[in-house]
Amino acid sequence: MLLADRLIALGLMALSAYFMWHATVLPIGWNGMTGGPGGGAFPFWLSAIMFVVAGAILVRSYRGQIEYDPTFFDPETLRSVVLVVVVLVITVALIPIVGAYIALPLFLLWYLKVFGKHGWTLTLILTVCTPVFLFFFFEVTLKILLPKGMTEPFFIPLYARFF
Amino acid sequence: MELLGYLADGFATSLSPLNLFIVLMGVTAGLFIGAMPGLGSVNGVAIVLPLTFIVPPSSAIILLAAIYYGAMYGGAISSILLGIPGASTAVATTFDGRPMAQQGKAGLALIAAACASFIGGTVSVVLFTLFAAPLADVALAFGPAEEFALVLLAFTTFVGLGGDDILKTIMMICLGLALSTVGLDLISGQPRLVFFDQPGFYSGISFLVLAIGVYGIGEILYTIETQKAAPQVTPAKLTFKELWYGIKEINKMWKTLSFGSIMGFFVGMLPAAGATPAALMSYGIAKLMSKQPEKFGKGAIEGVVAPETANNAASTGSLLPMLTLGIPGSPTTALLLGGMVMWGLVPGPMLFIEQPDFVWGLISSLYTANLAAVLVNLALIPVFVWALRMPFTVLCSMVFVLCLVGGYAPSQKMHDVWLIVGFGVGGYLLRKADYPMAPLVLALVLGPLMEKSFRQTLIAEQGNVMAFVERPLSGTFIAISVVFFLLPLVKHVKAWLGRAPSPTNN
Repeated sequence: MLLADRLIALGLMALSAYFMWHATVLPIGWNGMTGGPGGGAFPFWLSAIMFVVAGAILVRSYRGQIEYDPTFFDPETLRSVVLVVVVLVITVALIPIVGAYIALPLFLLWYLKVFGKHGWTLTLILTVCTPVFLFFFFEVTLKILLPKGMTEPFFIPLYARFF
Repeated sequence: MELLGYLADGFATSLSPLNLFIVLMGVTAGLFIGAMPGLGSVNGVAIVLPLTFIVPPSSAIILLAAIYYGAMYGGAISSILLGIPGASTAVATTFDGRPMAQQGKAGLALIAAACASFIGGTVSVVLFTLFAAPLADVALAFGPAEEFALVLLAFTTFVGLGGDDILKTIMMICLGLALSTVGLDLISGQPRLVFFDQPGFYSGISFLVLAIGVYGIGEILYTIETQKAAPQVTPAKLTFKELWYGIKEINKMWKTLSFGSIMGFFVGMLPAAGATPAALMSYGIAKLMSKQPEKFGKGAIEGVVAPETANNAASTGSLLPMLTLGIPGSPTTALLLGGMVMWGLVPGPMLFIEQPDFVWGLISSLYTANLAAVLVNLALIPVFVWALRMPFTVLCSMVFVLCLVGGYAPSQKMHDVWLIVGFGVGGYLLRKADYPMAPLVLALVLGPLMEKSFRQTLIAEQGNVMAFVERPLSGTFIAISVVFFLLPLVKHVKAWLGRAPSPTNN
């Protein structure tokens, strides 16, 4: 926890420095003409406070006034969390290529069958019903088209039927 | 009575078949969301918000308010049956709800929770109705200077009263505000903080993206890590005899009930406080005033009644500043506020004048939602017992899919979906390191208002900073903010002077 607290504080310091650098594109000082701060002032000075506060958190961690839990992650379950994050990233990356109607069922298949160790009946029911529900809810009712990627041609007959 | 006339008009809206159906749907969904360990009202509203495009705004807000209400009732269900609070707001309900369930009185505990929630909800909705219009009248006099001072006040309550690590609270407020400035500058219209030249950042970071990331993806990741084994569900049977007995028992506790409702309502109005501290305070005071305090923690009905009254009252209380002042009293109401902006409505006092149908429709729907929630809650208890046995992976997979699709739908950009995953992982890590999430979401929602009102005031006053202090109302707000901000400092100095051995900065 101590190490994680320091790393996160360092990360936030880096992030706020990056924000400050970005904010300087617009004037960050007092603009005498319009009366008031320039367009970059708000993000710049807020990031400056973030930088100072993160620095204070870092300094505090060295002074040993706060007791930290010995562990940050639960070693037993960390593997599951990392696995889920990796699969989520792969799913999102796949959406524009193979389309939401392939990527999301693949995600469900993995999550329920491999990760959740459920039976085929439950897995298949959810994997088939979810995209059907999504199609009717978003595309037919709300007219919001989900990304289809290379599966777009297969949807043309469906569009013709429902729109 | 002008008020009753408005309320009657409101009921004409909220009792329409569509809205009645929506209230029923909303409270049922809310009850399920609230009952699931790990998911509370804020998660439910964040996940469902993108789906509300299907109905007009007045019905959409009724749906979300009904989910909010239902989730408050539902939190008690898993507190009692699993011993795990269904949402942080129901933590205090586990103290006596769980022992009652272990003694075989789960049914009675559920009845007590539902009835207490109903009373807390009803009293606070009446208070809400009485206070809403006068408060909105006062708020009509607010200019940009007062708006800025009020937002500042909202943030300083987190520092002074939030109870979290103060440095980390300030960090999250500033991060939220900084993220809210991404996109085009409000006054000059120039682009700023467009990271990596990604065109997606030109339109700014939507509060919805942050909320779905933090409260959808982040929350589930957190639950995956913390829940190792499936919890044991205590069976609950419900008979009319028990229902009658429960109602009779609760009738004797009018002191706890009235105190919990009124205190809950006012505590709920404070941005940093809200339903969780209100419930804990109500529990503590009920124990203090009880003739048999030794029974608390071992299965006293009053120990279930007190927190449940207060947390429902607080959830209504937090709607009051959101609707009348445009300053949300909790993360969930911050999302409701963001939703209203998304639908093209400007929350705040003008809403009462420009959109009376909307406002009074919402207020009257709180009455129907409250009634619907208690009935659905009692009727569906067997279903909840069954649903709580549902494997967690099924729920998680559905939430993930809804988060990804729901994040894509409003803007139809993959950029937002990536941001959601990023905020989810980032939020999960920050939360593990004890950074509070509520100020972050509130800051992102209120950021544009804060910057706009600050700069508008300065432009109008030709750069005179004293304008904020010279106006009486805004000066008062700023003075209170300063007190809140200095509160933890005073504690520090006291601890330093007294050489207290334990750290006081949390």
